[in-house]
Amino acid sequence: MQKRLIAISVLSAVCFLPQAYAAPKTFVYCSEGAPSGFNPQFYTDGTTFDAAGQAMYDRLVQFNPGETSISPALAESWEVSPDGLTYTFKLRKGVKFHTTKDFTPTRDFNADDVLFSFNRQWKADHPYHKVSNGNYEYFTGMSMPDVLKSIDKVDDYTVKFTLNRPEAPMLANLAMDFASILSSEYADAMMKAKTPEKIDTDPVGTGPFQLVAYQKDAMIRYKAHETYWEGKPKIDNLVFAITKDNAVRWQKLQAGECHLMPFPNTADLKAMQENKDVTLLSQEGLNIGYFAYNTTKKPFDDVRVRKALNMAINKPAILDAVYQGAGKVAKNPIPPTMWSYNDKVVDDSYDVEGAKKLLAEAGVKDLKTNIWAMPVQRPYNPNAKRMAEMIQADWKAVGVDAQIVSYEWAEYLERSKKGEHDTLLMGWTGDNGDPDNFLAVLLGCDAVKDGSNRAFWCNQEFNDLVQKAKSLSDQGERAKLYEQAQEVFKKEAPWATIAHSVVYEVARKNVTGYKQSPFGLHQFKAVDLAE
Amino acid sequence: MFKFILSKITLLIPTFLGITLAAFLFVRLLPGDPVTILSGERGISDERRAEMIAQFGLDKPVLVQYLNYLKNLVQGDFGQSISTHRPVVEEFFERLPATMELAFFAILIAVLVGVPAGIIAAVKRGRWPDHVLMGSALTGYSMPIFWWGLLLIMLFSTTLGWTPVSGRLDIINYYFEPVTGFMTVDAWLSGQEGAVTSALHHLILPSVVLSTIPMAVIARQTRSAMLEVLGEDYIRTAYAKGLPTWRVIGIHALRNAMIIVVTVIGLEVGTLLAGAVLTESIFSWPGVGKWMIDAISHRDYPAVQGGLLFISMLVMLVNLIVDLMYGWINPRVRDGK
Repeated sequence: MQKRLIAISVLSAVCFLPQAYAAPKTFVYCSEGAPSGFNPQFYTDGTTFDAAGQAMYDRLVQFNPGETSISPALAESWEVSPDGLTYTFKLRKGVKFHTTKDFTPTRDFNADDVLFSFNRQWKADHPYHKVSNGNYEYFTGMSMPDVLKSIDKVDDYTVKFTLNRPEAPMLANLAMDFASILSSEYADAMMKAKTPEKIDTDPVGTGPFQLVAYQKDAMIRYKAHETYWEGKPKIDNLVFAITKDNAVRWQKLQAGECHLMPFPNTADLKAMQENKDVTLLSQEGLNIGYFAYNTTKKPFDDVRVRKALNMAINKPAILDAVYQGAGKVAKNPIPPTMWSYNDKVVDDSYDVEGAKKLLAEAGVKDLKTNIWAMPVQRPYNPNAKRMAEMIQADWKAVGVDAQIVSYEWAEYLERSKKGEHDTLLMGWTGDNGDPDNFLAVLLGCDAVKDGSNRAFWCNQEFNDLVQKAKSLSDQGERAKLYEQAQEVFKKEAPWATIAHSVVYEVARKNVTGYKQSPFGLHQFKAVDLAE
Repeated sequence: MFKFILSKITLLIPTFLGITLAAFLFVRLLPGDPVTILSGERGISDERRAEMIAQFGLDKPVLVQYLNYLKNLVQGDFGQSISTHRPVVEEFFERLPATMELAFFAILIAVLVGVPAGIIAAVKRGRWPDHVLMGSALTGYSMPIFWWGLLLIMLFSTTLGWTPVSGRLDIINYYFEPVTGFMTVDAWLSGQEGAVTSALHHLILPSVVLSTIPMAVIARQTRSAMLEVLGEDYIRTAYAKGLPTWRVIGIHALRNAMIIVVTVIGLEVGTLLAGAVLTESIFSWPGVGKWMIDAISHRDYPAVQGGLLFISMLVMLVNLIVDLMYGWINPRVRDGK
């Protein structure tokens, strides 16, 4: 009898032992759109960066998760010459590329891959430059062709970048997705096989995940890179379930069909906070929602008018109504989380009487103007039309009659680039965490030509400060110059700075290890699913 | 019959040319261009812009662009998408099966429900089944699709948990390589247990939503066609001969009413293929409707042109089939009488 009992207990113990075989962990991310492609060098949209650059590639340096600071990635260390013109990178050894059905790497990552990845974008005579009809918009947009003098291989694990001029944001630029490292060996193999475009459609990177399949506009499936240099990711499969509508994303998250969703509808935030199955994540965005005056048009060429109109805007009311309180009133063109943010700057106070007085002083009476409102929703401005209506009402109180104008996005961009607007709503999310990426890109004199300076404001004092700061390598010295530039900006008021928004994401309760990126990117190498 | 088919096909050639021109001009009439969209908030220098415009061949006069486009079309080259750098043909036909699968199930539901509803309403004319059915049809016809879709999702998916919210398959538990692009077929080919059920399960809500308007149209048209036929002398004769009601209605009346019903179904198939945009958006259905909308907003000229052309060709094909079916249902049409 006792024997039988023992046998039964052993048997039942075996039956109820935790299984040695654990079911594969599949993490589903309800992404807001489909990627434009799988080579991050070609594209400029965050959706593509998430699906390509962040999931499958690495760069020489990387942004620390959840931060704008930089740490080593494929480069283990680097040295910058005292004149700021030479960057020497020591590359990491033993980094493996993905193995696919078309390609089995015979060597680890080395200097050739770095040269290939940059030269392809840079040199018009590079055999891969024109493959896939590539446009290297970010590479050009970040002025790399002007900045770079040469990139040389010192030995297999040392690469030297020589610059034409000191470029303080260089390291931050190299952490951006366009600087992802592709395999030169794979490129050679595909060129030999007469299918060079495969390196862009069937990606091979060193990143934490490897592409398994992409079903157009529906889903992207990845598997963990078993020999990833930072260690195999904790999840076995990563799936992007492409779900463009934010109401549907929220339904999917509640139904457990995905584990994480970006860009929730602000109207749903309360329900998300109260839902016991999900966690509402938030982070101060690296962004600015602004309202630009076309400073080339009368009467907006007069700083008194701009100041007066700024004073007439009730920003806290906008923050409540448009951002549902999820943000901060902006006083500077850069967000408070960015180094060199000048907290001493005093914002234009909301003062209707003062505004009226200042307008009268400037000789402006019965001003008729327009307010351009963006037709698209952005994290920096969730509802531009509502914002425009509020500004319109505020201005009415000081005797300014403004018509709200809106065009479809393509037309909005084109017309505003030509300067057809009197005033317009726009915004920006930072690329690399460097103040130059806001101040020069949006307010510099060169940016007037490119159309990204939509105030058409070219102030020599401001421009000199920003240009000088870019040529210095000492962050403390740079910060001082940027702080001064912000004072000039406030004095001159080319914009009304409206708000820095908080960016929300929603995760299922069992998601661990996920950190929101200040750049709005989504990275899953450290993510896990609790049982 | 051959002559009949030939005459129908000959008519398609000028229609096709007209469509190429309309598609070509339509997308160019929209303000903004692909380069502006690509640059977004960032802006772009005039030199770089000119370079890219030239690269896409948009620097040439519109007439030259059109002739080049036609020349390429004749050689079977539909161009390359500006946003994805991939051939438009591949982009379109990768998405077409999803749209066709959804349209097939939607039209199936619309016909299976709409035709009997129309018949019942006609037979019970002026009585409560007629009022209930036609009232529902009117409601269905006027339903804002986006709202209707979300409502069904909230009820059946989130609250009751009976159906999945969106997508085409349970992607956590199933994965297989697409073969045909039709998820139900691919699921069956994969041999994975439960995959076909999962694919069908995912089809329920989107096809019900997509079928709502066609179902209403079919029900109303069937009713009026049936009413017309039921008033004919031969129906009275059939009754007088003592034929059972199901025979009179199901065979004599229905067959003659079918010609109108088939026309409506044909037109609705065309609408479904081209216009499933909203349903595809709500249910994250990777079809051509959603793709076309994206292409338009990105001013992806080759993609819009190609997409419009393919969709028009499909609609023309469906119409051709409908024309041929007339001939089959009613020989007088075929013989030109």
